[in-house]
Amino acid sequence: MSASALSDTGGIPALELRRVTRDFHVSAGLFAGKRRLRAVNDVSLSIETGEVVGLVGESGCGKSTLSKVLLGLLPASAGEVLFHGEQMSHQKRRAVAKRIQPIFQDPYSSLNPRRSIGSIIAQPLHVHGFGNRTEIRRRVSDMLDVVGLPSRLAQASPAQLSGGQRQRVAIARALILRPEILICDEPTSALDVSVQSQILNLLLDLRREFQLTYLFISHNLAVVEHIATRVAVMYLGRLVEVAETRAFFQAPRHPYSQALLDSIITPNPAEGIPTVHLGGSFPNPIDPPSGCAFHPRCPHAMPRCATDAPRLLTDEAGEIACHLTNMQQGA
Amino acid sequence: MAAETGSGDPLARELSRGRVLWLRGLGHQGFLMGAVVLGVIVMMAVFAPLLAPMDPFEQNLSARLIPPVWDDRGSWAHPLGTDHLGRDYLSRLIYGAQISLLIGIGAAFISGIIGTLMGVAAGYFGGRVDMVISFIITARLATPVILVALAIVAMIGASLEIVIAVLGLLLWDRYALVMRATTQQICANDYITAAKAQGCSLARIVVSEILPNLANNLIVVATLEVANAIILEAALSFLGLGVPPPLPSWGLMVSEGKSYILFDPWLITIPGVMLFLLVLAINLVGDGIRDVTSPEGRN
Ligand SMILES: Nc1ncnc2c1ncn2[C@@H]1O[C@H](COP(=O)(O)OP(=O)(O)OP(=O)(O)O)[C@@H](O)[C@H]1O
Ligand SMILES: [Mg+2]
Repeated sequence: MSASALSDTGGIPALELRRVTRDFHVSAGLFAGKRRLRAVNDVSLSIETGEVVGLVGESGCGKSTLSKVLLGLLPASAGEVLFHGEQMSHQKRRAVAKRIQPIFQDPYSSLNPRRSIGSIIAQPLHVHGFGNRTEIRRRVSDMLDVVGLPSRLAQASPAQLSGGQRQRVAIARALILRPEILICDEPTSALDVSVQSQILNLLLDLRREFQLTYLFISHNLAVVEHIATRVAVMYLGRLVEVAETRAFFQAPRHPYSQALLDSIITPNPAEGIPTVHLGGSFPNPIDPPSGCAFHPRCPHAMPRCATDAPRLLTDEAGEIACHLTNMQQGA
Repeated sequence: MAAETGSGDPLARELSRGRVLWLRGLGHQGFLMGAVVLGVIVMMAVFAPLLAPMDPFEQNLSARLIPPVWDDRGSWAHPLGTDHLGRDYLSRLIYGAQISLLIGIGAAFISGIIGTLMGVAAGYFGGRVDMVISFIITARLATPVILVALAIVAMIGASLEIVIAVLGLLLWDRYALVMRATTQQICANDYITAAKAQGCSLARIVVSEILPNLANNLIVVATLEVANAIILEAALSFLGLGVPPPLPSWGLMVSEGKSYILFDPWLITIPGVMLFLLVLAINLVGDGIRDVTSPEGRN
């Protein structure tokens, strides 16, 4: 499926989502009782070993919720997640933890201020019962070296480190169990621009060294273009387009993707997604529009868009959920 | 991929956290004063058998109500005089420090365990658990402590253990409130999510991620509750339903002296001043700890 898959695993994807849905029940007002909020809606996506899938979409479209479901931190309301064809719900929490690890956006909140860097990085080893202290210490200092930090920092506390150094520590902690998959939820957006590229390059180097597979969530399309092999676009809990990175940035097909890409050619590219020229504002996720959720903002909306939700269909150029393309292709 | 160690060598300007706190404590006047007074009273309690000139329970009815040395009628045989049963007041005062501290620490310890468990559970689990625990806390806040304590002690009788237990079972509300709010804050941090994603057990998350970050607030609340329990014990004893005689509790000493307030006021002032000093010292130390360890004070 992906031209950039690094190894052949007999066609079984490293990570596969099958119609994953996640609902929250939120109170809609003092007397309104609870309403259902579908944060992730019927998402199917498969990620091959070695791929870097960039997941983009506006704030609140469900990216972080999807990542929590993948990490096993939130159960899916419907659908299933598979690792190499095995259902996650059938595996023990610890077994999942060994294969898939998160990297967070804010390196200030992701490290416990009361622990030393060494013990933060060693924690997963303790949790998974590696008893030998000298072995643990050796692995921690090796891992510090891998992420480009001097091993004497093992004694330091997080308060003494810069944001970039902290993010390196978070990466070391995520890698020490040798997972296969990293879920990076906006790993660079809290960092200085100069440090961002260092961290991105580190992630790319590590991908080669550890044969990692990434799901890379970002607001910043320039970052996604730099790092991703494939791009998945999410709108209000649904995937609307999945395409190879180059093809996506040359010719996005979904009207929403087109609007997103237009937004980075505005005079101030650093602002990214929030400046989308989409007319209407992001709809209320408790009360999503009928039919295609994007139709109230879509420049090409047709009567049919307000009534039927388009399915995500696969063709030679990728996957897309839009009546317009389906029609043009005579589907 | 060069590390951005540009901001100078972090270890070079590093003092251990303990040392930083120590230096800051030395620079905090209130904390120092409180610590010195508290230290003296703790020493009194610990070394009471060595310090007390006489047996605090030994009565001598021929030497009743002798005033302290600074009075014309006083003598060095009884530096702080004697009470209405002729017991040496200084010795009773010194042993009284044991009772006050025992009750304060005992009650604060019991209530600390109850309140922390409830607060951490409410803050960590949220949802229904939080609703139930918040309701219990509110119910407890609506309960008048002194009345309930009086009623229980009147029903099952007074003893040192019972007073400690009753106060311990009543004073957990502030712990629960503070620990709940602090736990909620802590759980919003990604390091808790990271711990879950590593497969940490609940016990490990609580012990190694949450509790160390609660410790500062816990210590501050604990000092407040120690002082609170000491005052409540004195109040109960004053009302005759606290520590039973002949134990030398400061509150009981005030109570026993109240019939002599006109002619022998020192019977009340001396234990009263000790209570005041002890509670003040504990509060100063608690405030000091908060100032010294608070995040705003960190660089
Ligand atoms: N624990 C929760 N309880 C109720 N609603 C939630 C919860 N977590 C997320 N949501 C809702 O689910 C939707 C998706 O949230 P999510 O955090 O996944 O968005 P996101 O795409 O990660 O946004 P951002 O780019 O701002 O991080 C939002 O409408 C949010 O309000
Ligand atoms: Mg998010």
